[in-house]
Amino acid sequence: MSVLSIENISKRYLLNSKGKSNDDFRDTVTSWSKKILSPRAPKDEKKEFWALKDVSFNVEQGDRLGLVGANGAGKSTLLKILSQITEPTTGSIKIKGRMASLLEVGTGFHQELTGRENIFLNGAILGMKQAEIVKHFDAIVDFAGIEKFIDTPVKRYSSGMYVRLGFAIAAHLEPEILVVDEVLAVGDADFQKKSIGKMRDVSNSGRTLLFVSHNLTAVQGLCNKGAYLKSGELMKFGPIDEVITEYVKNVSKFQLNQSWEKPDNAPGNDFVKVKSIHLVPDESHTRANIDTTTPLRLELEYWNFKDNAELNVSIFLYSMTGECVFNIGDEAQFYQKGIVKSVCEIPGDFLNDGSYYISVMIVRDRLAPVFFFEDALAFDIIDYREGTEWYGKWPGAIRPKMIQIKSWQSELDYN
Amino acid sequence: MESRVRVITNKKSLSEYISEIWSYNELFWILAKRDILVKYKQAILGIGWAAIRPLITTLVMALAFGRIGKLDTTTTIPYMLVVSAGVTVWLFFSQSLATISMSLVQNSNLVTKVYFPRLIIPLSSLFIGLVDVLVSIVVFLGLCIFYQFIPDWKLIFVPFIILLTFFACFGIGLIAAVLNVKYRDIGQIVPFVIQFGMFLSPVAYLTNSYKTGENGSWLYQLAVLNPVTGCIDAMRWAMLGDFSAFNWDSFIPLIIFIVVTFFFSIWFFRKHEDTFVDFI
Repeated sequence: MSVLSIENISKRYLLNSKGKSNDDFRDTVTSWSKKILSPRAPKDEKKEFWALKDVSFNVEQGDRLGLVGANGAGKSTLLKILSQITEPTTGSIKIKGRMASLLEVGTGFHQELTGRENIFLNGAILGMKQAEIVKHFDAIVDFAGIEKFIDTPVKRYSSGMYVRLGFAIAAHLEPEILVVDEVLAVGDADFQKKSIGKMRDVSNSGRTLLFVSHNLTAVQGLCNKGAYLKSGELMKFGPIDEVITEYVKNVSKFQLNQSWEKPDNAPGNDFVKVKSIHLVPDESHTRANIDTTTPLRLELEYWNFKDNAELNVSIFLYSMTGECVFNIGDEAQFYQKGIVKSVCEIPGDFLNDGSYYISVMIVRDRLAPVFFFEDALAFDIIDYREGTEWYGKWPGAIRPKMIQIKSWQSELDYN
Repeated sequence: MESRVRVITNKKSLSEYISEIWSYNELFWILAKRDILVKYKQAILGIGWAAIRPLITTLVMALAFGRIGKLDTTTTIPYMLVVSAGVTVWLFFSQSLATISMSLVQNSNLVTKVYFPRLIIPLSSLFIGLVDVLVSIVVFLGLCIFYQFIPDWKLIFVPFIILLTFFACFGIGLIAAVLNVKYRDIGQIVPFVIQFGMFLSPVAYLTNSYKTGENGSWLYQLAVLNPVTGCIDAMRWAMLGDFSAFNWDSFIPLIIFIVVTFFFSIWFFRKHEDTFVDFI
């Protein structure tokens, strides 16, 4: 039985050609007077922007749906339409039962009111009846862990307490559909565990969960279905694993080479411009794809436009989730006008499988960044194993073979 | 737990609109309660301020207009009472106008984050003035005891006149609140209008004072068009016994004003409420 059916939802925003909406009085008056004084002048052309285009899907009761997509893909717009903050331009949505949305925890908290007063206020804003709030009051306070501060104004709360109270109220709403947007980014590890547990409870009791997060691990762990949005369109809807695979495939740009013939259009500035950057698998590697055993060589060439420039190169390697795996730099040297070449060897059996990207920074006088070439290269490393029967995901950011464990029998048991 | 099917589209009928507002009546009360609680929090005198404000205003106005302006020689009852009736209406009107016109912007965190019928916000913000006006009336009754003045049976019309005052500022306040979402200029204009409105409305003098002097009848015709004039005249009629006759000259424009602004403002609000979130 579907509890939520979304049919051909589109949302259009109008942008003025000047790039700003006429939100101050003066602009409106001048545009009116222009219209009156010169009625034949061309009208301000309004540009259309479709935040969502013909999105349709159904969510069944008890589903835990994860919504994934890059920033600006329309996830938040969809949630805003679902929680009726804005209306869709076309299409319709059918919702069966009560829906609670947590676009931001602690919505409507008033700084001056105490925790107790805010529980009632926030509960009412989220659509709870007074009797229900009274029924769940103790559970909410207990879940948030703020017994001692219940009669303190929330303006004196720490940010953690504030968020915990906000989440606790929404989690006890007992909605048929719970919409959660990125709350896991806050709170300590213990509270995050509690929140995920609460969200599991919600779905185990036959209720439905809509979860938006950039933390793919959390989405994968919590959801059974997924929807992948890309620039307002639904790219894929189905089992969560397939959706995430599709998403990751789309996100990784997979770029191993970039080069420019002339400095004119090359990235850079008056000091330096990048000529080429390549990531080359070592010649000894014979398999088609880069895998965990492949030694890699990063080659960088750039134009230096200043004589006697003291330059060095700094390389950043990031994992797909944006964590910096390492950052290394070379010794600063003096270079004359011309082309400078740098090479960096990344050994095989060092990085784990996954998607990575590389940014390069050129530094002058050992301290001043001259040019930061962000996301210069992106590549995937696939898994390669020998002599093991285990094929689960190998954990860790790196998988170094050079760090080894040695084991031996240190004592014999004679009995 | 209710399990009704809700449909979200970009069209909503009037009956759905009204029944939806009704279904949120609990939120309405809790928002009103919040505003009242917050207003007098962390103040030593608390709700006492609601009494001090009308009392001091009445004293100052009676001193300035009555004693120094020598208007108190023309009245048969203590001038303080005449002013107190005017101040009761004026403080309620001006305060309600200020809160309602700022209500949407001040609750922008709600408007952009959760859904409920938006009309609840300006409606509930009016309740804060209601508490204050009750205290003002108590202050008036205190003054009556002090001057040993006994109002007559017409006092029972006071709640009705307060309701009229409420509607008189509801319409323009609602329009101002909607405009304030897009043009923050309104936030500048409203306090300014309230400041000189106090002197343009017959708060500290009688409406009849307009009739004296050159162009008197013309000025009087203009003054009765002010909805606050209608409210104050009616309040004096109800509060001050035989002192003040019922003034139809200002009452009829008031009723017309209320009917026109009420319906226009609701229509105006509905037309713009969907776009609040994009501009606020």
